Amino acid sequence: MSAGAAIELAPGAAPDAASEVAALAVHGVSHAYGSREALRNVSLTVPQSRFTALLGLNGAGKTTLFSLITRLYDTRHGSIEVLGHRVSREPGKALRLLGVVFQARTLDLDISVMDNLLYHAALHGIGRREARQRALAALYEIELADRARDAVRRLSGGQMRRVEIARALLHRPRVLVLDEPTVGLDVASRAAILRHVRSLVAERGVAVLWATHLLDEVAIDDAVVVLHRGQVLASGNVSDVVASSSAADMRSAFVALTGSAPEVSE
Amino acid sequence: MSVSTTSDRDPDFTLRHYLICLRGIAWREALRFLNQRERFVSALVRPLVWLFIFAAGFRQILGVSIIPPYQTYVLYEVYVTPGLMAMIQLFNGMQSSLSMVYDREMGNMRMLLVSPFPRWFLLVGKLLASTVVSIAQVYAYLVVAWLWGVEAPVWGYLTVLPALALSGMMLGALGMLLSSVIRQLENFAGVMNFVIFPMFFASSALYPLWLVQQSSPVVYAICRLNPFTYAVELIRFALYMEIDWTSLAVVLVMTIVFTTGAIIAYDPARGLIARRGGGG
Repeated sequence: MSAGAAIELAPGAAPDAASEVAALAVHGVSHAYGSREALRNVSLTVPQSRFTALLGLNGAGKTTLFSLITRLYDTRHGSIEVLGHRVSREPGKALRLLGVVFQARTLDLDISVMDNLLYHAALHGIGRREARQRALAALYEIELADRARDAVRRLSGGQMRRVEIARALLHRPRVLVLDEPTVGLDVASRAAILRHVRSLVAERGVAVLWATHLLDEVAIDDAVVVLHRGQVLASGNVSDVVASSSAADMRSAFVALTGSAPEVSE
Repeated sequence: MSVSTTSDRDPDFTLRHYLICLRGIAWREALRFLNQRERFVSALVRPLVWLFIFAAGFRQILGVSIIPPYQTYVLYEVYVTPGLMAMIQLFNGMQSSLSMVYDREMGNMRMLLVSPFPRWFLLVGKLLASTVVSIAQVYAYLVVAWLWGVEAPVWGYLTVLPALALSGMMLGALGMLLSSVIRQLENFAGVMNFVIFPMFFASSALYPLWLVQQSSPVVYAICRLNPFTYAVELIRFALYMEIDWTSLAVVLVMTIVFTTGAIIAYDPARGLIARRGGGG
């Protein structure tokens, strides 16, 4: 299949998936920086309690899409809904249901791990006592409770990412979006973070949108959205996308769709 | 198994939630300030250098006649103190905007902006937090100035507080507005040259406007158009338990104008931020 032809497949979620509202729904979204078009009529759905990989090379438009989902940018063409709440019309309700991990580090390096978590909790209206309890529980879960008082600057890259994920979950969102969360990490940290996020889907039912340019972060039972040069070329279950592309595996399917080889981690 | 969540069950935020958010923003601002000791030291040293050195030299060559709110001749150190108080707030406002540019470059700012609270509230919260920090700096300066023999009426230290709050908000809002149009940290040096120095020198901070008028009507007119002049005069009169209504009106209006401008600039629908390029 040549690049540019889109495949729309029904994601194989839970049996009642058709009746339940999507965790995240993007409808016909376009965005441009001046004359440069970054996203063109992008539509995708992230089912509830499902891991969905947003696969695209660098420059595909993933970060722009994340900026629109999180309302850093206004959606001027198309619409984005989080569990039925339109981001542009009900930003408060939509953002309360959303946990976000940006590609760039967003922790305050100069204050402690605990203070970073408490700050985030306050930004979601969570009182200090409850916030402290949640933060401690989250730090135990990611095995960093003993680093709570340390300045973030003293953590490793992988530890910072784990703190960012814990922070994103502190207000108990239903949807977690992560923009290239493993960039710059070693293989072991990368695998640990991916494992942790998959466990959130399996054990807590969180819906995840995981943006990556690394093919080996996509599993066969995931939902996948292939984004290339600002356009969605395919979306659905990995097995279905592979089958529709008449390819042997996801790598071949990606090459067939985009004309470019995907990256794998070193 | 579904995630335990309160997010989708909660009604809209109540006043308590807003106060929690506000306290969180103020707490983080205070933590950052306390962690940056050199920022506190430089905030204190800068006006003290003016007070100890500049004012000591000028007291012999610059006579300050009896002008309101002073009821007698005052030493130059006394005259210049309200200007230096406003200077602390001016630098703090710009420092705060510098930290917003830094936060934006480093990504921290995003966490503030993706909070579910209204964007205007988050920005005003940040502004209030920055103002509180600037007031703490001003009072630290006043303690040292008092030890140096520069005294104001005792109650003046209290009556100046609302004036400091308002002028701190105005200068903080100006800084916030500037931070929205500055793309990179490197561009911030321009703010020093084109905003801070002209605002400070073309004002009544260092010399009374009647002196300026005598030497240059053009510079006098510029000083009269400079909102910083009115912040200085508002503080000067408040320190002597008086209200300069013109200054109060100008500072109030300019606070509203700058704050509204900053809110619009950071609004994703109307602002400048979304027009810039993103990453992959």
